Amino acid sequence: MDAIILQILNGLDKGSAYALIALGLTIIFGTLGVVNFAHGALFMLGAFVAVTVRRILTLSFETIDPTRKDFLGNPLKVKTTYVEHWFGPDAGQWLIDWSVPIAVIAAIPVMALVGLAMERGLVRHFYKRSHADQILVTFGLAIVIQEIIKYFFGANPIPVPAPEIFRGSFDFGVLLGFPENAIIYPYWRLVYFAFAALVIGGVFAFLQFTTFGMVVRAGMADRETVTILGIDIDRRFSIMFALAAIVAGIAGVMYAPINSPNYHMGMDYLVLSFVVVVVGGMGSLPGAVLAGFLLGILESIASMKALIDLVPGINQVIIYLVAIVILLIRPRGLMGRKGVMED
Amino acid sequence: MFKGLDRNDIRLMLVVALVTLAAPLILNPFPADSAWAQFNAGYPDLMQRFVIYGIFAIGFNILFGLTGYLSFGHAAFLGVGSYAAVWMFKLLSMNVVPAVLAAMAIAGLFSLAIGWISLRRTGIYFSILTLAFAQMSYNLAYSVLTPITNGETGLQISINDPRVLDRAFGTAASDSVPYPDFFGLQMNDTASFEFFGRVFQFSVGYYFAAMLFLAAFYLALRLFRSPFGLMLRGVKTNQSRLEYTGINPRPYTLAAFVISGVYAGLAGGLLAAMDPLAGAERMQWTASGEVVLMTILGGVGTLLGPVLGAGFIKYFENILSKINDQILHQWFAFLPDGMEDFMVTLVSPFVGKGWHLTLGVLFMLVVIFLPGGLVEGFQRIGRLLARLVGRGRKPVSDDDKGGA
Amino acid sequence: MAILEIRGVGKRFGGLQALRDVNLSVEEGHVHAIIGPNGAGKSTLLNCLVGKLVPDEGTVVFDGRSLLGRKPWEINQMGISRVFQTPEIYSELTVLENVMIACLARRDGVFRLEAWKTLAEEDDIRGKAMQVLADLKMEDKADAHSAALSRGDKRRLELAMCLSQEPRLLLLDEPTAGMARADTNRTIELLKEIQERLGITMVIIEHDMHVVFSLAERITVMAQGTVLVEDVPERIRGNPKVQEAYLGGHG
Repeated sequence: MDAIILQILNGLDKGSAYALIALGLTIIFGTLGVVNFAHGALFMLGAFVAVTVRRILTLSFETIDPTRKDFLGNPLKVKTTYVEHWFGPDAGQWLIDWSVPIAVIAAIPVMALVGLAMERGLVRHFYKRSHADQILVTFGLAIVIQEIIKYFFGANPIPVPAPEIFRGSFDFGVLLGFPENAIIYPYWRLVYFAFAALVIGGVFAFLQFTTFGMVVRAGMADRETVTILGIDIDRRFSIMFALAAIVAGIAGVMYAPINSPNYHMGMDYLVLSFVVVVVGGMGSLPGAVLAGFLLGILESIASMKALIDLVPGINQVIIYLVAIVILLIRPRGLMGRKGVMED
Repeated sequence: MFKGLDRNDIRLMLVVALVTLAAPLILNPFPADSAWAQFNAGYPDLMQRFVIYGIFAIGFNILFGLTGYLSFGHAAFLGVGSYAAVWMFKLLSMNVVPAVLAAMAIAGLFSLAIGWISLRRTGIYFSILTLAFAQMSYNLAYSVLTPITNGETGLQISINDPRVLDRAFGTAASDSVPYPDFFGLQMNDTASFEFFGRVFQFSVGYYFAAMLFLAAFYLALRLFRSPFGLMLRGVKTNQSRLEYTGINPRPYTLAAFVISGVYAGLAGGLLAAMDPLAGAERMQWTASGEVVLMTILGGVGTLLGPVLGAGFIKYFENILSKINDQILHQWFAFLPDGMEDFMVTLVSPFVGKGWHLTLGVLFMLVVIFLPGGLVEGFQRIGRLLARLVGRGRKPVSDDDKGGA
Repeated sequence: MAILEIRGVGKRFGGLQALRDVNLSVEEGHVHAIIGPNGAGKSTLLNCLVGKLVPDEGTVVFDGRSLLGRKPWEINQMGISRVFQTPEIYSELTVLENVMIACLARRDGVFRLEAWKTLAEEDDIRGKAMQVLADLKMEDKADAHSAALSRGDKRRLELAMCLSQEPRLLLLDEPTAGMARADTNRTIELLKEIQERLGITMVIIEHDMHVVFSLAERITVMAQGTVLVEDVPERIRGNPKVQEAYLGGHG
């Protein structure tokens, strides 16, 4: 029992990442009708915003401390980061320690710009082309983004630590009445889950309760009528693209401490996120979220030793297997509308 | 043999055959000791990849180019073909014939099963299904199927393999790891000739692969011009009209899927025949993406396009990835120092390890501006030249799509 | 003898009763028109005939065999071809190729793996397709890309595809919608001539009364998903029920 709960918890953070990426994919698909194969790259870009912010915060200069000597007897060179120099050691250390949450704030304008540039510069010209063309051009863009990141940051994963106070784990099992050390769960994963819930809730509230969201939802349902009403839906749709980019980006920032960013993580998550979107139902926002968590948890449960002993390799294929079965018995996914993308 | 093909098709076939057979000569234009020698493509290893990936792309194009079904999992069939071929080398004989046949058969069966299921859906759902199947195969090859695939190390042949046929006929080498052969002709046998400072290499492996490539190309040519090919094009442009015209599209798309799977299997088998090693990374979805790139880059739906695309990508993968900053500095040495450094900085992200960036950019440009790929590009240039040369003459017909 | 018998057919879409107890029989060799206001269920009925929709109740019998539950291609192979309201053609293929697909479908059935012989060797099929195109005065456009055709020509192309299959029953969904008067008259002449020459049974859905009364030997009037009245044209014209439901001032 405790093992299952542990696996469910472990699935939550992965599921959160799937859900956030899938949410953005669905927003873009639902509003713009575009299949965005570069969405994983946006997630990856977010993770590298975290890397960059940390690098900026830890930029330092060298001074010579004549009072101390290094082991060769020369005057000791001391590295001081600029933030420590400017804000004092305590505040400076605090800023560096909290680089990931700070990166979230930095990522919002960055990702918004990236999203707008993508939509205005490229995706916009593909609204009327076939889905295959959309897949192909965004696939090309994903390769380009990924290679640019690889050029600047190299091919190896770059660790980004979470703030000090979230670095440990806590004994979750004791809360539920299990013996000590039965369910140990890292704090940061809990933070990630809460963060994902917050973002998802925010997106839904935005679409549900604002006039802007209402127009966009109407546009998703019936684009032409909305256009006839004289509403400039295109402008709103580019904002939605930027929003989807922000969601993917901050999802990537926060995920950096869990999975050290590397240049191909975008593609890895994209494939799975597409499976998630299809399972949830193309164009359904609640479906994307539900399927994201469901598949994250399923994947986690399938990696239990008892199950692997029973069905070897199940952990490797479970997501794809579920996707195939769902596509065959319920082609529009868990919560999708009929006839979407069936051309 | 040319019955039912028009003059353009026959000419195309002959040109392709001639170029393929003379490739060791044509692709070696630079003297071996010149600075340009690194741009030569006329060595067996690279030429083999041209024709093998050419086969892969031709097959993929039969599915995607004709029916419009975009598979993102075709590398699975290539990988399965490689595994099947290496197993034939291990169990039966180092002769490539059973290996290639088995590769095609197993890949055909595999694609029949996957196509049967995936073709129940269309559009992006089909793409995701094929992707899911390929990723599943890839993950399994790395994990539970290790006894068959030898996991990360990859499947290799060894001295102690049974090779029952070779032993029965007493042709089994016992002192070293043997090499695949075609009835005694070893795949890595190469005859080198030197003319005018150029080294021309004629290898058995290349010509074996080239003959199969020509057969594959010829079959594709006939298929494109056949009633079957017409039906596949009907599927692409209006599947529901086809249904109301009395055609069941499923068996047509399934047949196209299996044919392209067999082509992929043949390519995989040939890869193993040239270098008897099979690894799971051949099945990864990036490998599936590569054949998509080849086909689009060259010209989807055309006969020659996929071949050009495969050759283009494999050539530049080889050449661009060899260029480093040192070579760039040599090239730009004629510029003033500051300019030289600037140009090197500008170009270096696109070469060496960064060659995928070039590929990505190029691919995007093609999708955006040249949906017909290289073939369309050449046609446009040809038309432009014809207009420049023959001003006042009859304009060139617009209607040569699919002819190339 | 009735070649098509529709008995008690009903179809529901959620809360909407699209068809209710529809009875209709079409005599072999006749031109039978179905008229009625928009939303009367005419196209739904046609969709039930070609396998696009399956009725919830009732029977549809063509030439003694039920059509219910059959796939569209099976129904076509039984001898029913349909011209759609918006032209359904293969827009990336040439006009000749469009018609050749139809001819091949009639000769080879629902599937044939013929990948070795080329189209250039299919002289019979090509000749047949050219013949039909000549009948419809389209032979000069045989090598044109069908996407480039005018709207009227696209309709004629679709008609050519259907006629090349020598169907026993031809279903026409508003064959003159959106056409100019001259084109409409040409189409009427064409359909008349075909009918006289080949004796094909036709079911026509049409809003244009000029077309209906020029062609039809029997007329069924539908309204609100059911059959209002069925009769010969002369009596339909004077029927007060029809005038009330549909014709209004036109009669």
